[in-house]
Parts: sequence; C-alpha cells; structure tokens
Amino acid sequence: MQIAKLVDTFFDVQVMLQYLPKIVEGFFLTIQLALAVVFAGIACGLALALLRVARVKAVNFFIVLFADVLRALPPLVLIFIFYFALPPAGIRMSGFVATWLALALGLAAFAEEIFWAALLAVPKGQWEAARSTGLDFVKALRYVVLPQAVRITVPPLTNRTIAVTKGTALGAAVAVGEILYQAQSAYTFSYNPSTLTLGAIAYLVLFVPVVWFGRWVETRFAWKR
Amino acid sequence: MDVILQNFLNLKILGEAAPYLWSGFKMTLLLCMVVVPLGVAGGLAVALASTLKSKWLRWPVVAYVDFFRAFPPLVLLIFIAFGLPFLGLDLPAFAAVALAFLLNTSSYYGEIFRAGIESIPRQQFEAARSTGLNAAQTLAWVIVPQATRNVIPDLISNTLEVAKLTSIASVVALPELLYAARQGQALTYNATPIIAAGIIYVACLWPLVRLLSRFEHRQIALH
Repeated sequence: MQIAKLVDTFFDVQVMLQYLPKIVEGFFLTIQLALAVVFAGIACGLALALLRVARVKAVNFFIVLFADVLRALPPLVLIFIFYFALPPAGIRMSGFVATWLALALGLAAFAEEIFWAALLAVPKGQWEAARSTGLDFVKALRYVVLPQAVRITVPPLTNRTIAVTKGTALGAAVAVGEILYQAQSAYTFSYNPSTLTLGAIAYLVLFVPVVWFGRWVETRFAWKR
Repeated sequence: MDVILQNFLNLKILGEAAPYLWSGFKMTLLLCMVVVPLGVAGGLAVALASTLKSKWLRWPVVAYVDFFRAFPPLVLLIFIAFGLPFLGLDLPAFAAVALAFLLNTSSYYGEIFRAGIESIPRQQFEAARSTGLNAAQTLAWVIVPQATRNVIPDLISNTLEVAKLTSIASVVALPELLYAARQGQALTYNATPIIAAGIIYVACLWPLVRLLSRFEHRQIALH
C-alpha cells in the first residue's frame, strides 16, 4: 500500500512521459554547456600555465591572483555577479553565457594550478637534455616537457573536470534551460514530484558513466612509484 | 570609475546591507560547522564499510558512493526540498540542506578516507592485532590515524569545496550569505551586496587555497 503510493507519487509514468521531451531538451543543453565549459576551461588553464613558464614576475603575479580568487569563490556567487551585478555597468549576458563563463573560469583556475604543478614536476634534466639536442625553448616545451607533464595531470584534472561539469545544474538559478531547470518548471506546472524524479534520472544517465570513467582513468593513469 | 564605485562598491549601500550580510555570514558559518563534521563522520563510516570483507555489505556502499557522486548537489537539494514533503516529510530548509550535504559530501569524504585506508600496509593491521587489540581498536588507534594523515591535503581540498558549496542553500531560501546578498541587491537595486559577499567568501577561504596550493606542489613534486 505504502509502496504503491510511493510509486504513484514519484514514478507517475503518465506525467513523466508528458514532460519527457522537455527533459530531453534540457539533457542536450546540459551536454552543450558542459562541453563548452570543459574546452574553454582546460584550454584557458593550459594557456595560463604555459604563460607562467616564461616566468615574467608581473604576469605571474596576476595569474596566481586569478587562480587563487577563482578557487576561493563559490561558482554560484560568480554566476550571480555576471548575471545580476554586471548589467548596471552595461554588460549584459544571458544565463547560459554567465554560467558558462563562471564555470569555465573556475575550471581554468584549477587546471592552471594542476598543469603548473605538473610542469614543475618534470625533472630539470629533461629540459637541459632537450635543449642540448638543439631544440629551442618552445620546441623543448612542446615535444619533451609538456607531453610528460600532461600525463601526470590526467587523474586530478579528470576529477576536477567532472566536479565542475556537475556545476552546470547551477544554471537553473539563472534560468538556463538545462535539465534541472526543465524539471523544476515541469514540477511547477504539474505539482507532481515525478518530474523531479525524471530530472534526477537524466542526471544519473549522464553522470554515472562519467563517474565510472573517472574511476577508470584513476587506475589507468595511477602514478607508478 | 565613478560608475563602477556607484554600482559595485557603494559604501552607503554597503552600510544598509551590512546587517543582512552579517546575519547571512553567521548562517553560512553555522552551516559549515554542521555539514563539515557530519560529512566527515559519514565519510569515515562509508570508508570503513567499504573495507568490509563481505561482498554483500561492500557492494551497496560502492553503489551509494557512485550514486551520490554522480548527482549534482543542487539537484539532490531540490529533490529533498521539494520532493520529500510528498512523503509527508516536511523538513525545514536547514534540515533539508544538512541532509543533502550529508548524502553528497559523505560519499566524497568516504572516497578520500578509503584511499587513505588502502595506503596503509597490511602489516600494520596484523601487527596491531598481534599486540592484542581487537579489530575495532586496531582501526581506531592504528589504521585511521595514519590513513587520515596520508590524505590531509584531499580532506582540506574537499572541505574547501563544501564551504563553497553551502552557497547553493540560497536556492531553497535558506538565509545564508549569498541569499542575504541577493536580498540586499533586490532591496537597494545595487550590485554592491553581491560583490561584498564575493569578497567575504574570498577573504575567508583564501588561506585554505594557499595552504592547499603548497600541499599540491609538494605532493606532485614527489612523483
């Protein structure tokens, strides 16, 4: 009896089918947003770490400041700053752009620190050997040091990237039509929590494989001592 | 420049919003003081359960951890805040947030403690048992203290993430720092309260970030 009520409340198939198209729409928007965040964040983080290799004091100061502030700032606060605080200054952006920018900057800060730590971890002898074979600074970085550094970054970067992509749900707070937003508005229309269940299922379908992938990466690229 | 000061760092507005921000800050602090110990305790329990020999006990724990790691915390919070009342369980906002955080963070802390426990050589366990400690005592006095020390950087890192994550409680109208800042902004039509909240978060969490940075460089340099 209790179970039947539970199933009726949270797994109302009719309601779920009715709102399925909306959730599917949100599903693809979540994927788009996540991919955009991952590419922009990692590219920007790598660029900053490489810039830091040049060891220009003033530049490095700002990179460290950027990384520190963005690692200390909750992403939702940053989204609100972009979405609610900037328009009075004449800078307007959609919820999608605000969420993308906030999450990508946050990921860039973490990625920069991870890449930088990895670049430092490559032994100095590798630099010297590469330079002594006639490679210039850029080529030594590109063909010798960076490939070794990137390998070390894979596990921590994968974990961080997964954590940040789950932040796409924060977009719901600024009306980005991703999964959570669609589920919440379906809930508002239907006053039926099955819509929330449907949203939850969509997240599991999307992220359980990603979490498993993260586990696999962790064992595959485990540091060998 | 004037426009920026007027809109983002307006001292008059800041004075008006200060009482809101202060009470929001206290709520955020309270939230951290509740959810961090809860998450650590839950995580330790999860990690200890995952070391059990019995497959039938271990499998559900792995499923629990993967399930809640796959769930965005905000989704979990919304589900608890809006879904549970249909079960006749009408939790106050604070309890809903605490429950969501317990489920989410205990799986993260659990993974960290598990890695720590796995890093302790078997011989430690055997040696402790041979001195006459029972299994529970061995875990409490020998294994867990060493395991914890080995994963301190990860524990700090996760705690930083949890502290930042408390800001999502604003979505279910718990009056913490970010919620107070949004309210202040709505009342004054000025962005200063949100900027101020951002500055408060950064000021409070920066020391943790610095500490972590130092740990990370040391850790990665060892490999």
